[in-house]
Amino acid sequence: MAETNPELLTKSFELGYTYTRSTGPVIGHFLTELREGRIVGTRTSDGRVLVPAAEYDPVSAEALTEFVSVAEEGVVTTWSWVAEPISHHLLQKPFAFALVRLDGADVPMLHMVDAGEEGAMRTGMRVRVRWAAERRGSITDIACFEPA
Amino acid sequence: MREAAVIGYTQSMQRRYAGAANESELIMPVVREVMQSVGVTQKDIDFTCSGSCDYLQGAAFAFVEGLNAVATAPPIRESHVEMDAAWALYEALLKIWSGEADLCLIYGFSKSSPGELRSVLTLQLDPYYHVPLWPDAVSLAALQARAMLDAGSLTERDMAEVVMRSRRAALLNPKAQLAAETSIEALLAEPRFVSPLRRHDCAPITDGASALLVASADTARRLCARPAWIRGIDHRMETGTLGARDLTRSPSTRYAAARAGVAGRPVDTAELHAPFSHQEIILRRELGLSDSVAVNPSGGALAGNVMMAAGLDRIGHVATRIMRGEADCGVAHATSGPCLQQNLVAVLEA
Repeated sequence: MAETNPELLTKSFELGYTYTRSTGPVIGHFLTELREGRIVGTRTSDGRVLVPAAEYDPVSAEALTEFVSVAEEGVVTTWSWVAEPISHHLLQKPFAFALVRLDGADVPMLHMVDAGEEGAMRTGMRVRVRWAAERRGSITDIACFEPA
Repeated sequence: MREAAVIGYTQSMQRRYAGAANESELIMPVVREVMQSVGVTQKDIDFTCSGSCDYLQGAAFAFVEGLNAVATAPPIRESHVEMDAAWALYEALLKIWSGEADLCLIYGFSKSSPGELRSVLTLQLDPYYHVPLWPDAVSLAALQARAMLDAGSLTERDMAEVVMRSRRAALLNPKAQLAAETSIEALLAEPRFVSPLRRHDCAPITDGASALLVASADTARRLCARPAWIRGIDHRMETGTLGARDLTRSPSTRYAAARAGVAGRPVDTAELHAPFSHQEIILRRELGLSDSVAVNPSGGALAGNVMMAAGLDRIGHVATRIMRGEADCGVAHATSGPCLQQNLVAVLEA
């Protein structure tokens, strides 16, 4: 329209809230490390390592402050196979949602596994991180996991 | 603590799509019907409390729209929970216990049909670690089902048996959305949806509303021949860190059941809010229900699942059976969040 009538001014508009939220010292640290290509968890009072880093102990509700580095590889503890992705899914091809326990962690984290087909998935399989091409401090800096 | 009892309950037809009817138009008939059932009007209600979800309606303060269904002039005392209306009932009980109210109206409602419910429910998850990955409600429930299958704590046959029983029970529930005579073999022959779940393992998408009346002792006896007394009620929540939970169990249900006093009661009916077939099996174990207890004679959430009302419906169905003299002691359960994250347990008696 602007091309045919130079008198009309047009501007794109996206409805959104202009809030910015701080992710704080624990989640913020986890996301910052992720941007650098490193994965960290937090250690609970009973010595377990939670990944992604959790702010509070899920049992005692104690604030957690000790960070622990964990590996990029781990084990699938459970999974579901999405044969037909819906519009919001980041992988627009059949994939798995999975809980992955990274080496050095005691608790699995939720993410996706790109295994190609359901037959390639099994509980206990080893997977490794596939990093996103561009990392910006988000859980999606891990594009997904892939069979190791 | 003051005694309280459910004295009335009404549920709308459970429908996949309520057409052009808006939320107020879904609520108004059930509110009117439940009040007529005991012969009261809005001016007799001391406190009104609803359960709904802004994300389902796609607008902030969606419950205000719902208030069009009740008479709010002269001004009423009213509150709302952004939760299943079972928790609105809990708030009303606090009013009754503290002597602030004698008769309370509870209602829950939603139209899930306009959106993509699987994705809308994603928005209740952790905004930093979960939401950006868009894990939908069905995929998360499937993680739980797989964990149970892997642990050997159930089989796919067990899951199909839950569905078969729900479909059969729903044949006797005129409000049910899904009812059929089927077999385990026929169900297991169906293709997978989000593996390991099949479509029938998942509650349907339902539009509708439900309303319930709860009263203090004297009011209950005056208005109802056989009130359903609430002997215990408690609700507990587990961590939002999904990986830190044992998905094959529901410790929050077990704890709430202990606090509500389920153990030792002569329970003869139960309604468990299990939006996925495998969850009924978890709940049954955590509540310690014996095999003789009829679970979900209404068909349960698998036969119709109005978001923000389906938990209240469990309490309503148990109460109705007690009020009708078909049962003497029942357990009702409501859930919220992914993979049974939060759970409410109530014990009702004649």
